[in-house]
Amino acid sequence: MDLQAYQTEGFHDELFDASLRPRPGTELLASRLAEASDGELAQRQRAADKTLLTMGITFNVYGHEAGTEKVWPFDVVPRVIEAAEWAVIERGLKQRIHALNLFIDDVYNERRIVTDGVVPEWLVDSGKCFRGPCAGLKPPRGVWCHITGTDLVRGGDGVMYVLEDNLRTPSGVSYVLENREVMKRTFPQLFAGQRISPVENYPEKLLAMLEYIAPPQARDPRVVVLTPGIYNSAYFEHSFLARQMGVELVQGSDLVVQNDVVFMRTTRGLQRVDVIYRRIDDDFLDPLAFRDDSLVGVPGLMRAYRAGNVALVNAPGTGIADDKAVYAYVPQIIKYYLGEDAIIPNVPTFVCGEPTQCDHVLSKLGEFVVKPANESGGYGIVLGPRATKEQLEDCRARIKANPRNYIAQPMLSLSRVPTVVGDSLEGRHVDLRPFILYGEDIFVLPGGLTRVALVKGSLVVNSSQGGGSKDTWVVHEGRR
Amino acid sequence: MLSRVADCVYWMNRQIERAENVARAVETTLDLALDGTISPGRLWNALVCTFGDEADFWARHGLADQANVFTFLAFDQANPNSMASCLQAARENARTVRDMISSPMWEEINKAHLYVRAAATGTAGIHGPREFLDEMKRASQLITGVTDATMSHGEAWHFARMGRLIERADKTSRVLDVEHYFSPAALRFAPPAAGTSESGLEVPADVDAGGDAVQWSAVLESASALEMYRKEYGAVSRRNVAEFLVFARPFPRAMHFCLIKAEESLLAVTGGAKGAYSNPAEQRLGRLRSHLDYGAIDEILSGDGGLHGFIDGFQAKLNQASDAISETFFGLRSREKSS
Repeated sequence: MDLQAYQTEGFHDELFDASLRPRPGTELLASRLAEASDGELAQRQRAADKTLLTMGITFNVYGHEAGTEKVWPFDVVPRVIEAAEWAVIERGLKQRIHALNLFIDDVYNERRIVTDGVVPEWLVDSGKCFRGPCAGLKPPRGVWCHITGTDLVRGGDGVMYVLEDNLRTPSGVSYVLENREVMKRTFPQLFAGQRISPVENYPEKLLAMLEYIAPPQARDPRVVVLTPGIYNSAYFEHSFLARQMGVELVQGSDLVVQNDVVFMRTTRGLQRVDVIYRRIDDDFLDPLAFRDDSLVGVPGLMRAYRAGNVALVNAPGTGIADDKAVYAYVPQIIKYYLGEDAIIPNVPTFVCGEPTQCDHVLSKLGEFVVKPANESGGYGIVLGPRATKEQLEDCRARIKANPRNYIAQPMLSLSRVPTVVGDSLEGRHVDLRPFILYGEDIFVLPGGLTRVALVKGSLVVNSSQGGGSKDTWVVHEGRR
Repeated sequence: MLSRVADCVYWMNRQIERAENVARAVETTLDLALDGTISPGRLWNALVCTFGDEADFWARHGLADQANVFTFLAFDQANPNSMASCLQAARENARTVRDMISSPMWEEINKAHLYVRAAATGTAGIHGPREFLDEMKRASQLITGVTDATMSHGEAWHFARMGRLIERADKTSRVLDVEHYFSPAALRFAPPAAGTSESGLEVPADVDAGGDAVQWSAVLESASALEMYRKEYGAVSRRNVAEFLVFARPFPRAMHFCLIKAEESLLAVTGGAKGAYSNPAEQRLGRLRSHLDYGAIDEILSGDGGLHGFIDGFQAKLNQASDAISETFFGLRSREKSS
């Protein structure tokens, strides 16, 4: 196919530079795409769609009819990150997670960082995800945020920024693995001659981490994945990870706590559980400790956790570092604990809880992207430059009513990746969510999940709002 | 394994087996309808009765014809025993235990579900009901084969086999009860006028219980048993068909075979031995199996209630055995709550 017809339209393209020359690491991919015959791209895309449907790779959309279960759109043109750039990203992510873990431990224990005035105390204590009952907790091996999915974006300046940290129950890693498998099944030619970092060992790394942080007295620890059930939006991933690790996938009703020890109900009676990779929010974990109307949780779980009889992954309370207002302080947090500058910069962020910053945001509301501090899935975001007058006024009222709950960032011109439209390629905006495991050491899965806004011109990559995904390759120089 | 998971695996397999049996019975009825020797109304009503759904069917339909009965048994979401409902439920269960079953199993179950859904909405590109029924049988057998070939034959597999065989024993017994479905009792839910209308539900004064070779061949066909039967007995007769479908130990759809294998799986799970019991599941299933071990077809046919009476009793005891399996293995939850 003729790649010269492709247009970057002034955006930073991940595959081509402004004069349509392939960027470092993408040369082989570009030449393979150029070799594609008429109709081939469309045909490969159809094959991939069919594979996803029969493999049942789906997600659930809340408030959506028709069984609520949808196949997640996948695009067959991969996103490439050259190995040298990836090495920098990897170092930056390790640095960030290291510092954030120290931060979480600090705010639930000594609170040095607020005493020293680096992060305002009111900001921490007013965080929607700050969990008072976690004060004084010392999780096994000192790790709180065992699994993180950090969202990165590349701006029009070509610089990679951290957009947000996801330290509660980040999802998407199963799609990284499944996307790679679907790519290999449907477009094997693209892989020929390339050296691409594998992603298939993630479940092993995950299991090793989960076993590492087990309570010390547990020999041959029993690990389980705790899911809210098949109607949860990420159920596919919960079952996928349990299956890949070969551990039980349990629901709250399968677990029972007796004498501060957690057991699961089996056909042969009760069996002890040592590590729970829980995919249930803090609020719903234990009706005795958090929300008492939770039906998916396990009564007594927090007592068992406090008693050191079970490990929870991630630890309860990590959401405080996930707060988008706290995010604004992460460069200072890194400096404070590690004495280093952040390797991957933040997007400039205004915290509406700070009166002077709030005034600035309100005076130029139409220029900012306004985000609630504690939502996920892209909900509640207002894109100033694209909002109607009514939407802006509504946004203004909500900020004034609860300034603590909002932050504002300049509108970024997200980078794009060629994406199949019919039988040709058009640029679509993407972000990147790498996954980081914190156990004995910190491991970053090469690449991560590239989410793509499939709607022309759209910047919203969330699967719940018209987003899809791409395989993501960390490509090493030299032919195989 | 988790009690909840064992429950799902057990029922998932019952549902898939059920869909296959419904498909086979519908196919046989289509054959008989072509022969034209039995009036369509009686024939299609008998099919509905085979699966015990006559009350539900007649509550929603005024006429038992091919179109109504086929839709009812194939696609009706309101009928929990329709093939669409079975596959839907099996897939929900498979999704719930996605981590326990192999990927090939999941993919086949998912494909079968997608196929029925497309067929129901007319988007599957199917030419006639037979193609659909063939595909349903093939899907179930594929799932069974993939289960045996890709899943460890451990506890979960044994629960799967228990579910499949208990369902199959029930369905074979229902197919064998054919005389009952052509008796006046089978019409108790049909509208009163049906007996005289062109729907053809008029009931002959007495049902020919013995000599109808076509009918008994159809019974064998419904259980995929005609060829294996012929190797054993040659000519088709009521007595021999009944004996074969109840007692043929080597035939995988015979009731006795199903119970022997289901009990083997049960004992593999519990670690128990034949001839004694340590829980209600072992007791009830073992008792029913030994009842067949020492049974004889001539005693059944000449006994109180005859063949229908025997089948009725068998189904009730099989239900009790299935309930006991639920209580013993899946009911940990409710027992704890009450204590």
